[in-house]
Amino acid sequence: MEKIFQKLSFSSASLVFVLLVGIFITLYTAAKPAIDEFGFDFITNAEWNKELSLKDESDTILDEDNYTDDDAILDEDDDEMMLDDEDDESMSKTIYGGLVPIVGTLLTTLIALAFALPIAMGIAVFLAEIAPKNISNIVGVAIELLAAIPSIIFGMWGLYYFAPIVADIVGGYQVSLLTAGLVLGVMILPFMAAISRDSMNTTPGVLKESAYALGATKFEVIKDIIFPYSKTGIIGSIILALGRALGETMAVAFLIGSIFVLPTAINSPTISIPVAMANNFGEASGLGESALFYLALILFVISFGIISIAKFYFLKKAN
Amino acid sequence: MRLLVNKIFLTLSVLSAVIGLAFLAWILITLFIKGLSSFHFTLFLNDLIDGGLRNLIIGQFVLAGLAAAIGIPLGMAAGIYVQEYGKGKYASIIRDLSDIMMSAPSIVIGAFVYAVIVVPTGGTSGFAGAIALAIMMIPVVINTTDNMLSLVPRELREAGIALGASKYRVILDIVIKAAKVGIMTGILLAFARIIGETAPLLFTSETSNYFTLDLTESFPSLTVSIYDLANEPEESSRDLAWAASFILTVLVLVINLTGRFITRNKD
Repeated sequence: MEKIFQKLSFSSASLVFVLLVGIFITLYTAAKPAIDEFGFDFITNAEWNKELSLKDESDTILDEDNYTDDDAILDEDDDEMMLDDEDDESMSKTIYGGLVPIVGTLLTTLIALAFALPIAMGIAVFLAEIAPKNISNIVGVAIELLAAIPSIIFGMWGLYYFAPIVADIVGGYQVSLLTAGLVLGVMILPFMAAISRDSMNTTPGVLKESAYALGATKFEVIKDIIFPYSKTGIIGSIILALGRALGETMAVAFLIGSIFVLPTAINSPTISIPVAMANNFGEASGLGESALFYLALILFVISFGIISIAKFYFLKKAN
Repeated sequence: MRLLVNKIFLTLSVLSAVIGLAFLAWILITLFIKGLSSFHFTLFLNDLIDGGLRNLIIGQFVLAGLAAAIGIPLGMAAGIYVQEYGKGKYASIIRDLSDIMMSAPSIVIGAFVYAVIVVPTGGTSGFAGAIALAIMMIPVVINTTDNMLSLVPRELREAGIALGASKYRVILDIVIKAAKVGIMTGILLAFARIIGETAPLLFTSETSNYFTLDLTESFPSLTVSIYDLANEPEESSRDLAWAASFILTVLVLVINLTGRFITRNKD
């Protein structure tokens, strides 16, 4: 019995390992056709679902089908960018490039961080140092409740209530990099604030008291004692929030505009990797689906890397 | 001067807290106003096809419940291994990997389940959706179990072993019992999180307009339907989406607060 129980718990633990490796292998296998087809140029190519006639391609097999050249280019400006005609594939070749969603993902994340970071730090300082204990507890729970609200709610609220106000102030579209980034910022804010507060709370009271005894103001204690002491934990929390923002789907899906066009300004619409997957997965097949898996693989590798850095370097050190 | 800087800094910090709370209030008030204005008790009696939400709410609970039924035992067993049995490198690698998996993008998990379950079985199913949610839940349960077991004092374990109990008896009857409240809180918070998930369900369970408990076909999901409804042009669909969002948020917050309340009472 002891043996069985031990085996069971060991296999459950190994399941985590199997799952992670499984996810990686599955994504890679599913992305393989797109990886073979486009290679690393995928990352720098801004065209998504653009059809090229096979005449221009060296690896043409079906010479007799070249008469459809004219049809092949017509979908170029289509905003929906769906694979509407599978049949066309035999006569023309479809190009998929990941640059637009990759850029969109990075930029929305950057905007979210720029917006959330100062506010989250302010909240963390408020909770850890300024507020009396009972107020700090209540506000702390409220901030954590904000983190518990499902992301789809952020998306709807963002689209119908937040984005119009932002668009009024900044101009431009209601669905854009900026509004998506800001709503994403509101989403990661409580998360960042909570972890930063926890690491600020680890500062030993003795250190703070000695600084106060020397006549330091609260600001000076926070700047010179608490921040240096909890720096690695705070950076860890920022990176974890970054990882979360990169992979967020629903809040961004409502707000980014979902078009495969490189943004020309901060208030123009574009698309991110998770949103490209959410909106196109059902319709895609063949190479299109494989290209989406390629995007998923890129996202998985990026967030895996970022989270590892946060966990192993910064948060470990903080402990 | 130093006092002025101090004052400005403290004001900014309080202001940040006010901004954070204002966002929470803004979202909740919006939900209440929009949600309640389209809320009606018949929403609980009709299915989506008749303009209600009954099948979606039940469906979401079935998906999350099934995910919990899969994820909790596996997660707890793995957490027990990491904390109680595992020695050395392997346990700490599993712990780190589980932490990484906890932050993996949920849509990627959806894509994974799509590739390994939806494609081979020939279509979206409630079962695939539940698996996707379970994968999201397992690392959270591992993390909670691991942390809570580590708080149980060594002496309790030693006392159990000294009485001649076998190790698994000590773990099940003493260690888990001592950590019960903390683990339950963690599980409730994890449940609150997965019941509000949309992205992993988009192409695994999808959603359905009809009431069904058949896990082998597309399964009604509240969150996926909110996404669909909110994107429809008709005002009535969007109102329904708001009502559904209101119900979802109340559910999630109630489960979340219940979890916190349990620990609070213990302290």
